[in-house]
Amino acid sequence: MNRLTYIGARLIKTVLITIAVVLLSFFLVRLAPGDTATVMAGQAGFADEAFMKSLRAEYGLDQPLPVQLWKYLSAVAQGDLGSSFVRRQPVVDVILERLPNTLLLNAFALLVAIAGGVAMGMMAARRPGSATDAAMTVLSMLFYAMPQFWLGMMAMLVFSVWLGWLPPFGLETMGADYTGLTRIGDIAVHMILPGVTLALYFMASYARLTRTAMIEVADQDFVKTARAKGISEGQVARRHILRNALVPLITFAGLQSAILVGGSVLVENVFSWPGVGTLAYEAVTTRDNPLLLGIFIVTAVLVSLFNLATDIAYSIADPRVELGR
Amino acid sequence: MRNFLRVFLSRPIPLVGLVIFAVVVALALLAPLLFARGPFTIVGMPLLPPGAPGLLVGSDVLGRDMAVGLAYGARISLLVGITSTLGAVGIGVLLGAVAGYYGGWLDDLLMRVTEFFQIIPSFVLLMVLVAFMQPSLSSTVIGIALITWPQVARVVRGEFLSLRGREFVQAARTLGMGDARIIFTQVLPNALPPIIVVGSMMVGSAILTESALSFLGLGDPNLLSWGSMIGGSRSAMWVAWWTTVLPGLAIMITVLALNFIGDGLNDALNPRRRR
Repeated sequence: MNRLTYIGARLIKTVLITIAVVLLSFFLVRLAPGDTATVMAGQAGFADEAFMKSLRAEYGLDQPLPVQLWKYLSAVAQGDLGSSFVRRQPVVDVILERLPNTLLLNAFALLVAIAGGVAMGMMAARRPGSATDAAMTVLSMLFYAMPQFWLGMMAMLVFSVWLGWLPPFGLETMGADYTGLTRIGDIAVHMILPGVTLALYFMASYARLTRTAMIEVADQDFVKTARAKGISEGQVARRHILRNALVPLITFAGLQSAILVGGSVLVENVFSWPGVGTLAYEAVTTRDNPLLLGIFIVTAVLVSLFNLATDIAYSIADPRVELGR
Repeated sequence: MRNFLRVFLSRPIPLVGLVIFAVVVALALLAPLLFARGPFTIVGMPLLPPGAPGLLVGSDVLGRDMAVGLAYGARISLLVGITSTLGAVGIGVLLGAVAGYYGGWLDDLLMRVTEFFQIIPSFVLLMVLVAFMQPSLSSTVIGIALITWPQVARVVRGEFLSLRGREFVQAARTLGMGDARIIFTQVLPNALPPIIVVGSMMVGSAILTESALSFLGLGDPNLLSWGSMIGGSRSAMWVAWWTTVLPGLAIMITVLALNFIGDGLNDALNPRRRR
């Protein structure tokens, strides 16, 4: 299979996943007790049979299921995820307003996790069985056993409450009205605690992956050739070994993005980061079901798009990879 | 079996895990006997530090005994961890066995479904499931089982794929056994070791997931769990560290113990991993 067919097939898969997500959402709505009409009537504070009937007709709830499904699918295809019960705004608008903050936090966390993990992995690979190696194993064991939201709270307790080094809450200093570079710096400082909390969980696994890959690649012929040519040891490690060892990290980043988003929901709540995660919490506490469902659809589609991107990047980075399987 | 126990008990880590886990189980079982008044009873002033008279680990924001809360919280964590894993293993074994045994389009379909669950943010899906079913103990258990069964199904499918062509399966078929009987009495017992290992690891992660749900207020509102203890004392963290630190430590120690046990099971049941 050549690369173009592979990318085409991968695109179709992403579209199918998206359709599956929307189908799943359609049936999830039917899990909740009552329908849109009962909720609307509850909010209006009164309801008689005629009013309920007119509401159901207005929202198409009296139509047969396949018709409703078709209407729902075509609405979602046009970017209409319904409207928020509480905010009385289109769900899409509410989510899009918060999405940049979540993307920023997740991108930062991913970057920290990869940079930190690769650095730790390189150190550990230089001397397998060393103290760094052992420390990595212990750390990953601990991180996998503690709730991520609790790790965030502990970080806040130490660095904000006790040491007072970092701001504990929010995206930026309230009421400061910084502009330009000062504002960017302010946001960056606010991002450290939630970003690193989110990253720590993955850093250990990136470190392990880098370590294994580095040790594996270090044995291959082209590395021996490089050494034989007289290239310095540091250059061999960086230019030849690391570059090849990094390729599997691409796929890994894609596979873990779903877990990253789940963690982000919790971490955002701990640090009151105004992103989609805190929005999901608000949706839960106000019983805003359309909003919650919209968040599920949007995050699922974003994660599958990110997976598409990493798969394509992987196929370009490593031309030896057998495409398609 | 004896060989299994010898390997399992020969290393200190699984043993430590087993001892800690036994303590947590004992605490959970004895909680109603030790603290008959229940975790919601107010016993004194709020936010008393650990060591205050009669309060081993202090009181929480409402003046409830943290020790009682921690003991009762163990019940919820273990109950949710174990039952949701059993549910996931039940679904996963059934679907994985059918897919691996029959192969073909059933197998294709199952692989697509498990892939789907890997790609979507399953914690967000869990939030939707629990919120839509109304937060309760059973919706937590059902929700966690529904998002985790694909892990089991993958493992079971793999085992069945490699076992279905073996001689003992052909022999069973020659004897005239039906498919269902071959699946459950011949192949499944041979596929058990990896299922046990995966299951033991899943209990710990189910406990973490439950704590996250109840931290967000999506747990059973009538029950006190470690996660809801942390969620409920967020505002007090600045003045009373014990209200958030201790329940989190309880979660970490329990999950760590379970992971140690899972690691030991893996070494004992998987000869390829034995060192």
